[in-house]
Amino acid sequence: MQHAMIIDYKYCTGCESCVVSCAKEKGLGTEEWGMKVEQIGPNKIGGKWEWDYVPVPSRACDLCAERREAGKMPLCELHCLAKCIEIVPVEDVSKRLADLGEHKVCCFMP
Amino acid sequence: MGETCASCKPFITEEDGVLKVRTCAWSPPGDHPVGCGMFIHVKDGKIVKVEGDPSHPITQGRLCPRCIALDEVVYHKDRLLSPMKRAREDRGKDAWEKISWDEAYDLLEEKIRGFQENYGAECIFTLTGTGRESTLYAPVYGPAIMNTPNGASTYPFSGEACYGPRATIVNYLLGAGVPEIDSAQFFPDRYDDPRWVCPKYIMVWGKDPLYSSPDGFFGHSIIDIMKRGAKIITVDPRLTWLGAHSEYHLQLRPGTDAAVGMGFLNVIISEDLYDHDFVEKWCYGFEELSEAVKPWTPEKVQEVSWVDPEQLVGAARAFATNAPSTATWGVALDQSKQSTQAAQCFMAICAICGYIDVPGGITITKPTSFIGQWRYDMSDTLTEGMAEKHIVDPTGKYRMFNTGAAMGGVQGDTLLNWLEGMYKDYPEYYPLRMCWLIGSNPLACMADQPQRWYAAMKDLDFIVAQDIFMTPTIMGLCDLVLPLSTFAEHDGLVTPNYGRNQHFVGAMNTAVENPNTKSDLEILVDMGKRMRPEIWGDFTTIDDFFDTKLKENYGYGIEELREKSVIQADYKYRKYETGDLRDDGQPGFQTVTGRVELYSYVLEAYDEKPVPYFEEPDYSPVSQPPEVVEKYPLVYTTGGRHISAFHSEHRQVPSLRALHPDPLVTINPATAEKYGIREGDWVRVDTMFGKCTQKAHLTYEVNEKTVHVEHAWWFPEQDGEAPNLFGVFDANANNLIPHESVGVTGYGAPYKNGICSITRVDSMKD
Repeated sequence: MQHAMIIDYKYCTGCESCVVSCAKEKGLGTEEWGMKVEQIGPNKIGGKWEWDYVPVPSRACDLCAERREAGKMPLCELHCLAKCIEIVPVEDVSKRLADLGEHKVCCFMP
Repeated sequence: MGETCASCKPFITEEDGVLKVRTCAWSPPGDHPVGCGMFIHVKDGKIVKVEGDPSHPITQGRLCPRCIALDEVVYHKDRLLSPMKRAREDRGKDAWEKISWDEAYDLLEEKIRGFQENYGAECIFTLTGTGRESTLYAPVYGPAIMNTPNGASTYPFSGEACYGPRATIVNYLLGAGVPEIDSAQFFPDRYDDPRWVCPKYIMVWGKDPLYSSPDGFFGHSIIDIMKRGAKIITVDPRLTWLGAHSEYHLQLRPGTDAAVGMGFLNVIISEDLYDHDFVEKWCYGFEELSEAVKPWTPEKVQEVSWVDPEQLVGAARAFATNAPSTATWGVALDQSKQSTQAAQCFMAICAICGYIDVPGGITITKPTSFIGQWRYDMSDTLTEGMAEKHIVDPTGKYRMFNTGAAMGGVQGDTLLNWLEGMYKDYPEYYPLRMCWLIGSNPLACMADQPQRWYAAMKDLDFIVAQDIFMTPTIMGLCDLVLPLSTFAEHDGLVTPNYGRNQHFVGAMNTAVENPNTKSDLEILVDMGKRMRPEIWGDFTTIDDFFDTKLKENYGYGIEELREKSVIQADYKYRKYETGDLRDDGQPGFQTVTGRVELYSYVLEAYDEKPVPYFEEPDYSPVSQPPEVVEKYPLVYTTGGRHISAFHSEHRQVPSLRALHPDPLVTINPATAEKYGIREGDWVRVDTMFGKCTQKAHLTYEVNEKTVHVEHAWWFPEQDGEAPNLFGVFDANANNLIPHESVGVTGYGAPYKNGICSITRVDSMKD
C-alpha cells in the first residue's frame, strides 16, 4: 500500500525535530538530510504577516516503511512538536486534505 | 511492545536485543524540568537511539532535537570522563592531570578545611546556573558541605535577572508559586478533561516558549491549545513565529514593559472591562492602581514604547472581554531594571480580568517541592554566627533581595563589587578565596561584563567546577574539575517549575552506567558525608532518600513512580474560595492582606513604590544625551533562543550545531542597507560597555530601530587556551551589558535593553 506525508504547515514551528529524527533513523550525516525545513517569511501579505515553515522530505525518506510494517509511527511524526506531520495511506489523502481544509496543507510522496 | 527484560525493572523492556529504558529528561545536558518522556534504546550497554514516549501525559511522544541527539552528547569525544586537576599558575593552559575520584575528593577536602581553618568558611562561595537538575541540590552545597553562608542560589548574574524577580513578586503579590498557562497539565486526559476550558486568548509576554520550554512548561502546549481555538497576543520587541500568528502583536521598545503594562491596565479599567466581582472580593488596592495607570493613555504609551495604539487597545479589549483567557510571562520581564514594575503590571492584568485559578486561565499552587523542606533544613545547618557573615551590600542597598528573596543567595552585582574590592574599607569586608561552580559557565552565559568577572575570579586561591564538557570558564579559571553524569547515566526526579507550580513528578532512570562520572546529588552526598558527617549521618542511599521524600510529600514511593514514569498532581480551581492557598486554611491568598495585592505594602517596606510606575532604562535613546544617542543610534535586545542549544550548552554537538552554526545578529533589511550590511556579513555591535561580533541575519523580525543579539556563544572547536578561551569573548552578548544598572530591590538588570551601534567588519575577531 502506498503512503503519503501530509503536513499541516499552518502549525509547523520549524522545530526541526523531524530533521534530526530522520537523520538518526536513517543514519545520515550532517551534510545529508531526509527532511529539511524551509522557512518562508516573515513578510507582509495584504497587511498581515506571513511566516511559514515547510518540512520537505528528500529521497532518503521512505516514510519509515520498516517502522510502519512493525506497527510503529514514523519517527518524524512521533517527535513532531506541533503534531503537524501525518503519514497516511494514499487513498485517505483527499479526505485528510478536506478535513484540514481551513489550514495550510501540503502533501509529499518522496 | 517488547517483553519485560531479564533485569525485571518495570521501566525497562526488551525488543530484538535492545533494551528500552523509559525515563523523563532533565539535565545534564542543560534543560529545564519539562520532564519530556522517552525511551532510551540501549544495545550492548550503549545508547543507540532515543524515542519519545507516547504515553507521557504532557509531551505525548514529542521530543525536541536536543534529546533526539542525546547519544552525540553522551559519547562525544570531548566529554569529561575523569576528574582533573591543574596547578593554579597553569590556569588558562591545557595542562590538566587526570586523577581519581578519591584524589579529587581528598584535594577538595584539604582545600576546604584549609580555608575554613585559616580564614573562616565564609571565604568560600558557590555559583550556580539556570534551571538544571543542579538547581535542586546546588543551594545545599554551601551550607551543608562547607558551612558557608555564601552559597544558596547565587548566580554570577546582574540583578538575578532570571526567574528570581518574577518568583519574588509572585510570592508577595499573589502568595503562590509561579503562575502558568492552564494547558490541562494536571489532568491525565488533558484537554479532554471536562473540568478544562479552552482559553480564548493566550497572551505571551516577553517569551518565546515554543523553542525554550521554560521552567517546566512544554512550549508546544500553546500549539495544542491554538488548534482547539485559542488566539494569541504577543508582547515582544521581536516578531516571533508566534507573533506572526497572533491577532495582536505589541512590538514594544525593549525595556518599556511597565509602560505597556500600565497602558494595558488603563484600557481595561477606564473602559470598565474588568471582573468587578473578583476585584471587589479578592484584590487589594484597586483604587490606587487605577490612579497610577490613569496617565497611561494609548498615545502616551506609544510615545514611550513605540506600541501602536490600535494594537494596544485591541489587545486589552480582546483579552479582558474574552473569558477565560490566559497569559504567560518570560525572562524579558526580569531582564530590565524595571522587572518589579513589569511583573506587577502583568499580575494585575491577570488578576483584575478574573483569570487567576479558573479553568482556562492561569494555574497557581502553593510553592511546595518534594525536597523543599529538606533543602531548607539542610541549608539551615550553618553553625552559630555564620549566617551573619552572609555577603550583602554594605551600603544598605537591595534590602528586598537580601532579606526577602524567593531564592536567597548573594546578589550578583554585590558579589562582583566584593570580588573587585569595592567594599575593602567596610568593616564587614573579608576577601573571598574559593569558589565552587555548580551548573554554570559564567564567562559564556549570565555574567554581565564577563571579562570583569574573569579578572576578578582570577584572584581566588582555588576554584572547582563540575560539568560534562570543558568550558571556557573551567579552562580559564578552575583548578579542579569533576565530570558529571548525564541524565541518561543517573537516577533522579523531575519536578516541573522546581516545585513552585508542579503538575507532576517524573522518574529519571539510569539507562547506561558510567562509573567515571557522578551526578550533582552524588557529589553533594559524598562531600557532605566527608565534611559534615554530623548532619549527613542519616543519609543512607539516594534511592532511600527519593523514596522517603516522595512518601512524605505525596504518599507514593520511588518504585511506584518508576513503574508509572509520571505521576500527576490533581488540581482544584478557585482555591482562594476554599482556603487551599493559605496556611491557616482561610479563604483568600497567602499575602499580607489576604488578597491579590495591586498595592503592595511589602514593596513599600523594601524602598519600592507600592504601585507600578515607569522609569526610563539607564541606557536608552531617551535617557542618554544626544551625542551619546548619535553614537549608539539603535536599540538592542538579546537572548532569543534557538531550539538547538540550551544557553551555552550543546555548541559541540554536531547534529545540533548544524541546525544553527553561527551566532546571528538580527537586523531589519532597511537598517542593514543603511549600514551597507548584507546577509552573512560579520557585524560588530558596540555599546558604551563593550563589543561583540556576530553574523548578520536580515529579517523583518525586528523593526528598523531594533537589533537582536544572540547570547551564550562560544566555540568548542577553537583554541581553548587563554587568552582565546574557545573564543568566548568574541561573540558574547554579555560584553554589551552594563554592570549594576538594577532595580532598588536588587532585582532586574538590562540584559535585554540598551543602545548600540552596528558596523560591518571582516571577521569575528574584529
